[in-house]
Amino acid sequence: MSFPYLTVTFALPAAGAIVTAAVPAARRTAAKWTALVFSLATLVMAAIVIVRFDPGGGQFQLAESHAWIKDFGVSYDLGVDGIGVALLALTALLIPFVILAGWHDADPLEEARPNRRWRPTQGFFALILAVEAMVVLSFEATDVFLFYLLFEAMLIPMYFLIGGFGDRAHSGGDEAAATQRSYAAVKFLLYNLVGGLIMLAAVIGVYVVAGTFSLTDIAHLRAAGDLSMSTSTGRWLFLGFFFAFAVKAPLWPVHTWLPSAMGESTAPVAVLLTAVVDKVGTFAMLRYCLQLFPEASKWATPVILVLALISIVYGALLAVGQRDIKRLIAYASISHFGFIIMGIFAMTSQGQSGATLYMVNHGISTAALMLVAGFLISRRGSRLISDYGGVQKVAPVLAGTFLIGGLATLSLPGLSPFVSEFLVLVGTFSRYPVIGIIATIGIVLAALYVLVLYQRTMTGPVKATVQGMSDLKVREVVVVAPLIALLIFLGVYPKPLTDIVNPAVHQTMSQVDRTDPHPQLEASR
Amino acid sequence: MDNLIALLIAAPLLGAAVLLCGGRALDRVGPLVGTVLSGASFVIGAVLFADMLGKGAGDRTMTQHLFAWVPVAGFKADVGFQLDQLSMTFVLLISGVGTLIHIYSIGYMAHDERRRRFFGYLNLFVAAMLLLVLASNYLLLYMGWEGVGLASYLLIGFWQHKPSAATAAKKAFLVNRVGDMGLSIAIMLMFTTFGTFSFGGVFGAAHGATEGKLTAISLMLLLAACGKSAQVPLQSWLGDAMEGPTPVSALIHAATMVTAGVYLITRSADLFNGAPTAQLAVVVVGGVTLLFGAIVGCAKDDIKKSLAGSTMSQIGYMILAAGLGPIGYVFAIMHLVTHGFFKAGLFLGAGSVMHGMNDEVDMRKYGGLRKYMPVTFVTFGLGYLAIIGFPGLSGFFSKDKIVEAAFAKGGTEGWILGAVTLLGAAITAYYMTRMMLMTFFGEERWRNTATASPDAPDVEPAAEERGRHAEPHPHESPSVMTIPMIVLAIGSVGAGAFFGVGDRFLRWLEPVTGHSEGNSPVSAGVVTAATLVLLVVGAGIAYLQYGRRPVPARAPRGSLLTRAARRDLLQDDFNHVVLVRGGEHLTRSLVYVDHTVVDGVVNGTAASFGGLSGRLRKLQNGYARSYALSMFGGTAVIVAATLLMRAV
Amino acid sequence: MNPVYYLYLASLLFTIGAAGVLIRRNAIVVFMCVELMLNACNLAFVAFSRLHGNLDGQIIAFFTMVVAAAEVVVGLAIIVSMFRARHSASVDDASLMKL
Repeated sequence: MSFPYLTVTFALPAAGAIVTAAVPAARRTAAKWTALVFSLATLVMAAIVIVRFDPGGGQFQLAESHAWIKDFGVSYDLGVDGIGVALLALTALLIPFVILAGWHDADPLEEARPNRRWRPTQGFFALILAVEAMVVLSFEATDVFLFYLLFEAMLIPMYFLIGGFGDRAHSGGDEAAATQRSYAAVKFLLYNLVGGLIMLAAVIGVYVVAGTFSLTDIAHLRAAGDLSMSTSTGRWLFLGFFFAFAVKAPLWPVHTWLPSAMGESTAPVAVLLTAVVDKVGTFAMLRYCLQLFPEASKWATPVILVLALISIVYGALLAVGQRDIKRLIAYASISHFGFIIMGIFAMTSQGQSGATLYMVNHGISTAALMLVAGFLISRRGSRLISDYGGVQKVAPVLAGTFLIGGLATLSLPGLSPFVSEFLVLVGTFSRYPVIGIIATIGIVLAALYVLVLYQRTMTGPVKATVQGMSDLKVREVVVVAPLIALLIFLGVYPKPLTDIVNPAVHQTMSQVDRTDPHPQLEASR
Repeated sequence: MDNLIALLIAAPLLGAAVLLCGGRALDRVGPLVGTVLSGASFVIGAVLFADMLGKGAGDRTMTQHLFAWVPVAGFKADVGFQLDQLSMTFVLLISGVGTLIHIYSIGYMAHDERRRRFFGYLNLFVAAMLLLVLASNYLLLYMGWEGVGLASYLLIGFWQHKPSAATAAKKAFLVNRVGDMGLSIAIMLMFTTFGTFSFGGVFGAAHGATEGKLTAISLMLLLAACGKSAQVPLQSWLGDAMEGPTPVSALIHAATMVTAGVYLITRSADLFNGAPTAQLAVVVVGGVTLLFGAIVGCAKDDIKKSLAGSTMSQIGYMILAAGLGPIGYVFAIMHLVTHGFFKAGLFLGAGSVMHGMNDEVDMRKYGGLRKYMPVTFVTFGLGYLAIIGFPGLSGFFSKDKIVEAAFAKGGTEGWILGAVTLLGAAITAYYMTRMMLMTFFGEERWRNTATASPDAPDVEPAAEERGRHAEPHPHESPSVMTIPMIVLAIGSVGAGAFFGVGDRFLRWLEPVTGHSEGNSPVSAGVVTAATLVLLVVGAGIAYLQYGRRPVPARAPRGSLLTRAARRDLLQDDFNHVVLVRGGEHLTRSLVYVDHTVVDGVVNGTAASFGGLSGRLRKLQNGYARSYALSMFGGTAVIVAATLLMRAV
Repeated sequence: MNPVYYLYLASLLFTIGAAGVLIRRNAIVVFMCVELMLNACNLAFVAFSRLHGNLDGQIIAFFTMVVAAAEVVVGLAIIVSMFRARHSASVDDASLMKL
């Protein structure tokens, strides 16, 4: 019985959530520090997990298994592969920045409410840690039921984070802001619940067919040829899973909850949503859709690729047309999720490794861009692009970091998103050339929406509304600088990441029974 | 020695990092740091060059492998460098001319409060361009390629407070991105065809690929080259790029950026050689741009924009030469180097003129300046003679060779191409003479005029301190600015002869690019004679129009062609109507669709559920007896159903 | 003996009780009608018990009586407190439990 690394990684933020929630109402700062300390401890733990993880080892490492609900074959099975580790690290990495960036987001507007039970600050940070705990565990789970449980459960804290602590910047005043917020939160919840409901049916279906929820057991059954799943059953179950993940990812046409949710929530929560929680969806496609239903995955590939392609172009075009900074970033994310899904279903090593890297890099780049955008918005109290102009003159550091975040979003070579985007494109191109070529249009459109956003907000004459805006404060620099450093480091030297991810992708590819297409002239090399 | 290659890039990159991340403390020393680090790169380049000369022609290629960059299954991209004669030529040009421009900028940007950042961007530009020419595989080249795009974006938009500058920067980046799309598709094609995209792997296997594949790859590379080198149809960003400070224009036009396309095509010679259709496309693009740029150059009154047209045209020459295949590669590069000297000199000269004229750019408001700025006059004049191909100066050697090579292509093609290049030479002579006459000769049209006409782009901020609305007092620039101009002028005069005599350059570069003579239907002497005649004709017409007669201070309406040329031959208008407007409509309608249709379906579902539940709610009226009735009714239904089932 | 008559009587009583619950508004009367229905059921149980010759039905009848007694205690208390609060014993006045 070795040390339960994975359980501890999950338990730390979970405990942190409870402790933070229990901090007395008056000690708001203490609550913030508690949350930060717990998130940093989780980061340390995640680092230990990475060190312990052996890229060359078996598929699921650091495994733990405990019986849970024996009658239904549900067990508390944990284990990570390279993909899980990478995303675990991303989650643990981003949360401290989310907490730091949201340091003042849940401060009461005025101290006029001496209510002992009213503790929004504690609630805000506790909810963030709760989300972290659930996301971490969902990356670790190797039991379908356990995963499903977390997949659904993380909606609850997210719902409260969006609906309860939304963006205060709204042109229509507090009333309108509250209405918009609750609309966005309900929309988020309903969309994901519908997806989850369909997934539940499929989860039960898996149990009926396989008699177990354990991923490794199912793999063994399949390998031994004991898994009697008819083709049509497999396809239906696949669709059930895929729909839920597509909603969460989100994929066109079930994407509309993301812009409202990201637009109405505060920037750190938006980052939590798109950079962390949504990754569970794309992660699950790789882990569950492909590994549980290889045949159905191949069957559905053409349609999914087309949907992904539509997401890429459609998201980018809509981003160009947005007037709201956060919604613009949300649509950009939809475009990027299209790339991720395209990479996963291209079924090539480059595509899937690229997609996994993309998940990590998109997390970092979106965090950088969105958090700086949040800093900008908090200074002026408006999300409308047209309310800004000439910011770089008064706040050059803010503008510079914003530009770097933007350049990462448009996948500039030298920054990490380029590596993943190019891998996805190459991986797709080598099997589906036409789709690969059309997807490159996304590159141009990304440049368009990023540069237009930068030009309208940061350049030009200094607008009166921007006059006297302060530059980034120390706390804000502490948030952004490491993210930028990471973007550059992983852009120039992504090998540590690819080393971890490649074997896992290889494993997935062999489970789907696909090999990379051979270059036409390999012999002559 | 090989391990020094990385230092070439590291030096300016370090400069960029230090200058951009360092705080205000570096404001004072910033320009110096940037210049020194750029100079260090040149020194390292020179050392490597000396080392390279010491080796035999066959084994001059140096390589350095740093680390595996992106290894995923069969996809292997390394951070590795390759320094051969071709790269060496570029390294010396980039770091040499780049450093001169750094030095010049010390004077030119002396009054700008953000000059630390300016030098940081310049260093970044040099570093990216060096990475581009030193990369040993296409993906790393792509990194440099986009790095150049980023640096140009930052520098063109350096005066960000001017909306026009910000727009121009964005436009440059976007147009380049379209080209980059080509490069990325080319790399993907290489990967699926050859399984690799390192230079060695691709060129080694190129002969085994089908012509169709090679043509596809080459055409995509051409698209990339069009973007970066401002060739038709992706040329529209170059004119607007003049919004940047003048040293930036010199850097973009002479040492970096626009030369990248020529490099790419020459570097990929093995691919293009196997794809005649693609080569034809290259030649056509080069030929069209050559004339396009020249015509635009004739019509512009803005000295920088006229020079921009000229660059476009000269790069057209190079692309055309590169498209000719082994006949032309060497001469394309040779013209590129000589052009690097004289165009940098011309731009710095133009900057010097503007510096002395309160940043006025309209040549109609110049005139007679030779008395006031003798050094600028002489250096600009030498650059002028070089570019028009005056016998003995560098342009004469390099351009002549291209014209010869064009004829040597053979057949009808050869005649057409030869004629185009000759015509281009005549037009070049015309617009350059026009520029020379309008600026340095004739009456002093700047007297009694407030400069900076309203339609001229908003002037540089430093000008405000110098009192921009007063009558200008033309004066010579400080020596920190004139010395680089003098050095470049020496290059403009001597480089051609140095390279051309005894085919020195040819022998230097031949091992890399290969060379064949072709069979020219006309002898070299005839070509030279024809060029000279056309040169005189072009210059003569210009003299008749602008030398003999006074130049009107306000531009005459001009012919239809002139007016079109002033508007960049309507390319921008086309872009605006088709791409900008069309795109706006598309995005707007999509936003509408997303809101009403996609979201509408969802909201509609929600609303219908809401309506249904509203109706069901009415059943809950609170009266105990109605609940009781529904209970009885329910029981009755169940009982009846049970009985019925029994009966059946 | 013939149980049919007992069952006729039981269903008659049940119907009267059900009609009373549905029609009458006075809470006391409704209450009495509910008792009537319960007792109709009791009658049926006892009749079947007699018919089958075992005691199951009679036991259930006793259960019903106990439950009915408990119900009366709670129910009457509610009715009395309702009457005190609103000076009316009409069930329609207590229609607050709606959405």
